[in-house]
Amino acid sequence: MSLLEIRNLDAFYGDFQALFGLDFDLDEHETVAAIGANGAGKTTLLRAITGMVEATSDALDYRGDSIQSREAADIVALGIAMVPEGRRLFPSLSVEENLVIGGYSGRPGGWSLDRVYELFPALRNRRSVPGTALSGGEQQMTAIGRALMSNPELILFDELSLGLAPVVVGEIYEVLPAIKAEGTAMVVVEQDINRALEVADRVYCLQEGRLALTGAPASLTRDRIAAAYFGT
Amino acid sequence: MIEWINSIVQGVLTGGLYALFAAGLAIIFGVMRLVNIAHGDLIVLAAFVAMVVIETAGVDPFVSMIAVLPFMFFFGYVLQRGVLNYTLGDDLLPPLLVTFGISIVIQNLLLEIFSADSQRLNAGAIETASIKLAEGIEIGTLPLIVFVVAVALIAALQIGFSRTRLGRAFRATSDDPSTARLMGIRQRHVFGLAMGVSMVLVAIAGIFIGIRTNFDPALGPSRLLFAFEAVIIGGLGSMWGTLAGGVILGVAQNIGAKIDPGWQILAGHIAFLVILVLRPNGLFPRTRDE
Repeated sequence: MSLLEIRNLDAFYGDFQALFGLDFDLDEHETVAAIGANGAGKTTLLRAITGMVEATSDALDYRGDSIQSREAADIVALGIAMVPEGRRLFPSLSVEENLVIGGYSGRPGGWSLDRVYELFPALRNRRSVPGTALSGGEQQMTAIGRALMSNPELILFDELSLGLAPVVVGEIYEVLPAIKAEGTAMVVVEQDINRALEVADRVYCLQEGRLALTGAPASLTRDRIAAAYFGT
Repeated sequence: MIEWINSIVQGVLTGGLYALFAAGLAIIFGVMRLVNIAHGDLIVLAAFVAMVVIETAGVDPFVSMIAVLPFMFFFGYVLQRGVLNYTLGDDLLPPLLVTFGISIVIQNLLLEIFSADSQRLNAGAIETASIKLAEGIEIGTLPLIVFVVAVALIAALQIGFSRTRLGRAFRATSDDPSTARLMGIRQRHVFGLAMGVSMVLVAIAGIFIGIRTNFDPALGPSRLLFAFEAVIIGGLGSMWGTLAGGVILGVAQNIGAKIDPGWQILAGHIAFLVILVLRPNGLFPRTRDE
């Protein structure tokens, strides 16, 4: 069953149009990667889904119901969580408070502080320090844990590996299968194409706000992806 | 010497009232970056609301809080949801202008309804009761109650901000409103609640000011000034900073008045300016703002 169905999505920042007639589908339990160069519209796509940017479309449906023009808080309550680019932890909140506030919507489910600490043991001993006092990798773990605390059906990861050391990126990507095993669908926005192809069931490649290529990773050759990514 | 100590003690107690003025202002600036020019007038409005409740129901000013506090909470929530939320954005000017307009509207409505006559809330014998601490040092029971209430409220706010769900939502929204929305926090509702809490403090301050001194529709701007000075001296790092700001202002005013009665207000402003020069971010600034 289609979890998310988007048809002819246009998105705007004031007068600037960032997405042009984008179609996008996501099935339950599926992991989709959205790749593309800077300014391709990947982040805007996630912001449109979460109600954080002005958007129009023929359809922006979650489980068959329109989420267009819904408040971000309503969308979180429906089960869509986001791990934003740059982590965006709350500086005045401790690590644990950052995690707890992820569950603000009160959506029921299996995730709890203990389970997040089991997934990211490094956070347990750092629970009392401000989120911004953590290393980049630990901040990303906290941001992922914060999203999980809302018991989502769908998590949107924006630039998961940006600014992190390769070894840390490896650690972060290692937990994605555990999240997927919970039945959680994922959209992974990523500039590291290899990482994205490893975890994704399907790939969307965006270019200047338009869909340039889509398909299962195994069905796409490197040349086709490079051509779609760079517009050559 | 004992007279100077007495001035400082009286100043500390006055500071409790100033801290009450400032706490409400600090909450809404902290949570939503809204500079409420009408804050002083809302304190005076609360005093007039209390006066109406007292006259209508024939109750004590302290008992009137049962009606005035919920009314002001609701008033603040509706004001925020119905008007002020629409002024918030990247530009600080619209909320300044709108609250300035609200300030003028409140002053003139109060003037129209209640005239320019000075009013007072009668609390009975407690107004003049005092406690003798030492030879030459007596403290008024009422100023002591005001100070204790201010400390208790600031402690409650500090605990509320650090340990409750709503407190975390206030802090998260203050840190990063956009990301807070991604947590499921309804920003407009949270802002409404913050204004409601601020108005509860305003109501308490308004009733205390009505018992301690005469008030009239034009009193608001000077109370706003004291509130601003206490907030800026405190530095917005914690609610305790606001109390410290109020106390410093109160002590400075009382020492100024001891030197020369005409220097009371001026001494407070000088203390404010000195601290602004020495510590531009206040005594207890937010860590991330340093």
